[in-house]
Amino acid sequence: MKNIKVLSFIPLISFALLFVQCQDDDDNGNAIYQDMCNDGVKNGDETGIDCGGSCEPCAEEELFAGRYKQEDQMGRAGVNLLFNKPGLRDSLNLVVPHKMKSQFKDVFRDRLMTLDTSYTTNILGLDADQMAEMFSQDVLWVAQNGETSYNGTQVLTGRALGEDVMDANLLWIFGGPDGTKNNEDPNLISDGVPENDAPFLDTFPYLAPPF
Amino acid sequence: MKKSRIFTMVSSLGIMVLAVVLISGDHNDGPSVSGTTSDIADFYAFQAPDPNNLVLVMNTQGLIPPGAPTDQASFDEDVLMEFNIDVDNDLKEDLLIQAIKRGDSMHFFGPFSTTESSLISTIKTDIKHSVKISTYEEVYVEEANGMKFFAGPREDPFFFDKARFDSYMAGSAASGFNNPGTDSYEGTNVLSIVVELPKALLGTPATNVNPFAPGTPTYNMWVETKRKIQ
Repeated sequence: MKNIKVLSFIPLISFALLFVQCQDDDDNGNAIYQDMCNDGVKNGDETGIDCGGSCEPCAEEELFAGRYKQEDQMGRAGVNLLFNKPGLRDSLNLVVPHKMKSQFKDVFRDRLMTLDTSYTTNILGLDADQMAEMFSQDVLWVAQNGETSYNGTQVLTGRALGEDVMDANLLWIFGGPDGTKNNEDPNLISDGVPENDAPFLDTFPYLAPPF
Repeated sequence: MKKSRIFTMVSSLGIMVLAVVLISGDHNDGPSVSGTTSDIADFYAFQAPDPNNLVLVMNTQGLIPPGAPTDQASFDEDVLMEFNIDVDNDLKEDLLIQAIKRGDSMHFFGPFSTTESSLISTIKTDIKHSVKISTYEEVYVEEANGMKFFAGPREDPFFFDKARFDSYMAGSAASGFNNPGTDSYEGTNVLSIVVELPKALLGTPATNVNPFAPGTPTYNMWVETKRKIQ
């Protein structure tokens, strides 16, 4: 057949196609859709069981379903670094607060006596045992009313942005009963970094914009 | 080997060394969690300018370099973040606020009552507030029921001469800290979630919690990150 003859058929076929109607039973795709979205298992592009992806959107519970296992925790700043033995830092992250004291109080007391071998008490009036007890229960105390500061007028009533919490910790570990021990050669009670490197906001979300 | 590739290797190594060295606040505090999306950097809790409110801040994934695009510093949909609040001073959480990312938003749940105190959590979806995750350019804040919500990159508010402390501990800085010292966290960012909420939502906590302010009703608070296991 010559090309010219083939070309002459094209308008004819195109015209004929105008009269072809879609039938109702052209739902092969939907049959797959219905199988996948009703089979009681998470398959295809579903994000939950029979939902999400090309199925109906998942219900709220499905979207947030699942179990989550602890990897990190924190109450006060610097506790794991300052008070814990390096080899036990992962362990502390995987203990709930009400079980911390029984597992970490002795470890923390030993560490404190290693950091300052002549530790007696500190400016808070806490001996080694009391320090170990307080810090081994790694939660932040937060006052319901009034001042909320780590080392302000009301000690340990919260933690505000901009507070020099590490200097407070160092003072309580190394500073002795009146806060003047280890203040020179070696200086261990202040790291010489008194403030953050960006100003905070007066309004929510309070933290400074990123660099 | 091309120069650019050597540079990439050297800078990757640099970031790894930085990540290992800069444990503090809570940044990279445990070897297992260090440098992962569940690594908590810091926790803050303070009274808002409106004295009826408290502000809770959890910072994660510390030491994010300046200007890092969001895809290099993003919340993980498999990591659940929790603010724990103990009201009756038994060191077990009585109230929880949970937060997790889905799509371009951070979804906050609670505060709701809980009787569980374990290393495993499920998400309780009854009370939900969502905020679009902020970027380096755009800030989104959601307000609902007297609460405010934020999630996104922020400047790391923590400061400490961590490097000098490590040197002292390693025996190579016998004179202790310098004055002035060097902020090991200068110029770096974190991924923050911030919640401001009325104190009335938390109820009145126990007294005789803080020995330095025994008459002050005081909450025990802490933060946790948990990864999806099934």
